[in-house]
Amino acid sequence: MKSPASPAQTGVWVGIAAITMSFAAYSSALVVRQGASPDWVHFTLPPILFFNTLVVVASSVTLFMARARTGTTAARPGSGAAVIDAPHLTWLYVTIFLGFLFLAGQIMAWRNLAGQGLTLASSPSSSFFYLLTAMHGLHLLGGLTGILYVVYRVRRSNAVRAVRAYNAASLYWHFMTVLWLYLFAMLATRI
Amino acid sequence: MGKLFAIVVTIITIVSTGIFLSHIWWMPPDFSLLGAGIDHQMMETMVTSGVLFVVAQLVLAGFVWRFADNNDNRKIKIFPGGATPMVVGAIILVGAEILALTLVGSKIWASIYVAPADPHALKIDVQAEQFAYYFRYPGPDGKFGTLHPDLIDASTGNFFGLDPAHDTAARDDIVAATLAVPVNTPIQLELHAKDVSHAFYVPELRIQQDFVPGLVIPLHFTAIRLTKSEIVCTQLCGLGHYNMRAYLEVLSADDFKKWLNEQSGQ
Amino acid sequence: MNSPDSSHAAGPQGFWRKYVFSLDHKVIGRQYLDLSLVAVTTGMILSWLMRLHLGWPALSIPGLGAIAPEATGGIITPEYYLSLMTMHGTIMVFFVLTTAPFAGLGNFILPIQIGAEDMAFPRFNMMSFWVTFVAFIVLVSAFFVPEGPPLSGWTAYAPLSAVGKDAGPGQGWGQTLWVISIGIFCIAQLLGSLNFIATTLDLRTKGMSLARMPFSTWAWFITSIIGLIAFSVLLPACVLLLLDRVAGTSFFIPAGLVISDRLQPHAGGSPLLWQHLFWFFGHPEVYIAILPGFGIVSHILPAVTRKPLLGPRVLIACMIAIAFLSYTVWGHHMFMSGMNPFSATVFSVPTLIITIPAAITTLLWIGTLYGARMRYNTAALFCLGFISVFVSGGISGFFLAQPAIDSYLHGTYFVVGHFHFVMGVASMFGIFAGVYFWFPKMFGRMMNETLGKWHFILTFIGVYCIFMPMHWLGLAGNVRRYSAFTDDYMKGSIPLHRFITVAALFTGAAQLIFFYNLFRSRFRGEIAPANPWQATSLEWTTSSPPPHDNFGGHHPVVYHGPNEYGVAGKDGDYIMQNSPEPEPVAAAS
Repeated sequence: MKSPASPAQTGVWVGIAAITMSFAAYSSALVVRQGASPDWVHFTLPPILFFNTLVVVASSVTLFMARARTGTTAARPGSGAAVIDAPHLTWLYVTIFLGFLFLAGQIMAWRNLAGQGLTLASSPSSSFFYLLTAMHGLHLLGGLTGILYVVYRVRRSNAVRAVRAYNAASLYWHFMTVLWLYLFAMLATRI
Repeated sequence: MGKLFAIVVTIITIVSTGIFLSHIWWMPPDFSLLGAGIDHQMMETMVTSGVLFVVAQLVLAGFVWRFADNNDNRKIKIFPGGATPMVVGAIILVGAEILALTLVGSKIWASIYVAPADPHALKIDVQAEQFAYYFRYPGPDGKFGTLHPDLIDASTGNFFGLDPAHDTAARDDIVAATLAVPVNTPIQLELHAKDVSHAFYVPELRIQQDFVPGLVIPLHFTAIRLTKSEIVCTQLCGLGHYNMRAYLEVLSADDFKKWLNEQSGQ
Repeated sequence: MNSPDSSHAAGPQGFWRKYVFSLDHKVIGRQYLDLSLVAVTTGMILSWLMRLHLGWPALSIPGLGAIAPEATGGIITPEYYLSLMTMHGTIMVFFVLTTAPFAGLGNFILPIQIGAEDMAFPRFNMMSFWVTFVAFIVLVSAFFVPEGPPLSGWTAYAPLSAVGKDAGPGQGWGQTLWVISIGIFCIAQLLGSLNFIATTLDLRTKGMSLARMPFSTWAWFITSIIGLIAFSVLLPACVLLLLDRVAGTSFFIPAGLVISDRLQPHAGGSPLLWQHLFWFFGHPEVYIAILPGFGIVSHILPAVTRKPLLGPRVLIACMIAIAFLSYTVWGHHMFMSGMNPFSATVFSVPTLIITIPAAITTLLWIGTLYGARMRYNTAALFCLGFISVFVSGGISGFFLAQPAIDSYLHGTYFVVGHFHFVMGVASMFGIFAGVYFWFPKMFGRMMNETLGKWHFILTFIGVYCIFMPMHWLGLAGNVRRYSAFTDDYMKGSIPLHRFITVAALFTGAAQLIFFYNLFRSRFRGEIAPANPWQATSLEWTTSSPPPHDNFGGHHPVVYHGPNEYGVAGKDGDYIMQNSPEPEPVAAAS
């Protein structure tokens, strides 16, 4: 009945398109705003951002490793349902930990800035810093719930649904990493 | 019911076209040097659009009248040539028209909005605010004083926020609530807004321009007839938007000098 | 995340699951239509109040003073007029024109037309309706805050919309609620687009290639892609506007503004940035409003003319071209905005080019009428009316697309006439055509044809009487968004305004026929067969209304496209998409 393509995968691609467009809108707002008035105050990015970048890249690596090692092996005799190896849940747990570590690091970056007196409204550059990192963080949090859902499916040992969830959540998560790399580059060159 | 629809469409087409042609409601005569160019563009567009409108509606009505299912076992017919004449027709008729209108129109547009003003144009500073216009002339020194929004005080008539005490250029600036201009003289308006977006529109000049807070936007014209007309706001600016107006007076050179002297005396 | 489970043939039984938080696309589609029915009634009443005020500014409207504290003694103040206008535009554009033809009719019909049991993500579908509902409640709540709804228009230009209550009545809480509502609406729309796209790409039944999809499905699919990109830009714009309003940022507010004698504490922002972001969304939005109508008319015309639509592939190509071009023209709303005037010339080019696919589609519809055997039922009449008003509205666009002419017509009633013809009328006619056509499928009963025909002819005459005169007003320089006409040169227009008001009230009254027909037919309409229109697409192969899983447990197999009319089929002069009979060698001619 259904075509082989998983709607979940299509859905994530569509979501990626929408999120890309919205960050394109924020980016163009940043460029226009920077050019509109000489009140752009440059400041140094909190150093923890470099660490956070490594953390999110690492989380993509661990997720990739978790997915790659997940085969649909050892079908229970007679049931036809494939089972997923439980030990590879560990890599998923590490990914989730790294995801939360990233968010914690972002909050630390905010506190660092706030400590220097740079708040949301103090200058357009800090406005965009908080805005872009907050928006990315929110979307990443959504990605974390996706991975938690993968854990749920893997533990329920329904291979078909788990694999579908895995593929969708991985695609989304890697996009979050790529998006962060883009935002980090934008902030590093313009703030 | 189809026939009734066809009749209604036909009547609507004829009546509408008639009213357009009769000019009962029409553009007021223009008094701008470049106004004739816009009117010409308007007429060209009106004629070509009018023909398209009439033909399309009447053909629609005609087909609806003619091709009803009268339970007569008539076989359906496909439009000769299928979709091809539609594509070709649209591209040629509509497309060619568009090309022509765009080319000619862009020249007129450029002459009004892109081309710089005459270097000897009379410069007038215009401030729009909720809900009035104020006009500032540079005075004998030919220079405008600097604006200080924090000094704006309507009660003393300091609408622009000038600082004549410390700013020599501001001392002879002439502020008025009417835009008076000498006839046949290039005028360069410099538009800025005090609070929110507004616009400057004089139908008889065929031009308008938004005031954008934070920007100073130039608008130039030459009035070619002695007259008085209204300036109205076309950019929604708040509750007084409908009531926001000033008068444009086109005066002879002598009358303009007199008027300017009167204003500076105040 | 989840896909329709074919064990749901029976459907849920509990009240909440069945009628309120249903996952069934058919129920959700009807919920959207019900919401837009409430919205259109509200929007229409707002327009009557506006029109009464314009014709008779000193009029005390009975009862108004009681429900609206801003209108003391029932007299509409200038600020209240602008608030009514803002809410009229916002409610109509978002909760009627974006909701009914796309989320409403599309949700109900699209899955059935492609042979699916439901949308790809039923939970997201349910969420997107309820999120839309929340957005509507938030918007309407602006009527009940002190100082009332915002007055900055549905376009909410900054800085008027950004500085807060100093800018005028309604610009405090009213405007904030507006921004929040629209932001919430964006999220609902994005969820909806997600569903439409994934469903159309992944859930088509066997044999339903993209080329064989009905024109309405194509239109909804293309619309959902436009919406995905457009609403993804509006949401950030709303976020930035909200931050300017409540967090002290200055994205849109420059320095040195003195409003209500107060120097505003913002600096460096760009009002034009709001306009660019808004119109980048706003122009594609108008195509979101009209493209479903294109699809619906293209879908209905073959069934009521008993012949194939002329140029089906060309039609689809034109819809795609329009969708693509719709992203290149937004600056034509900004010719007079103060952006670089050379860019006006640049924007005018694609603006005029986009008329070509629109003209082609119009000619294809008219060409389809040639040699037809037309059945003038109500759905057919609204399709014909659509063509007429789309021609009128489209042609007035020719004027506005040229910067040199927009120099005169911008901000006048000419613009109001133009967009009401294409959006307020053509798009509405598309909705009406869809409702009259699919009502039997949705509710298992026929609508009353006599009432439908009266509704049509009175509405058709009425809308021309309302909106054609606005072009004359615009030519005379009559400025829009004015609560009264006190300028010397505009006073002469008041008699024509009064004529328009009378026409508006008369046309509004004619809609009562439609409402009555809707409700009466639900309960007393003639029982509808599966295929009352002898149409070819899959929705007509199943019962009226369809079972919970649309096809009663079996999955249709498709052999033909939707355009097999005027041919010798086993059921008559058409061949249904799921009929295994071979296509005839030559069409009748």
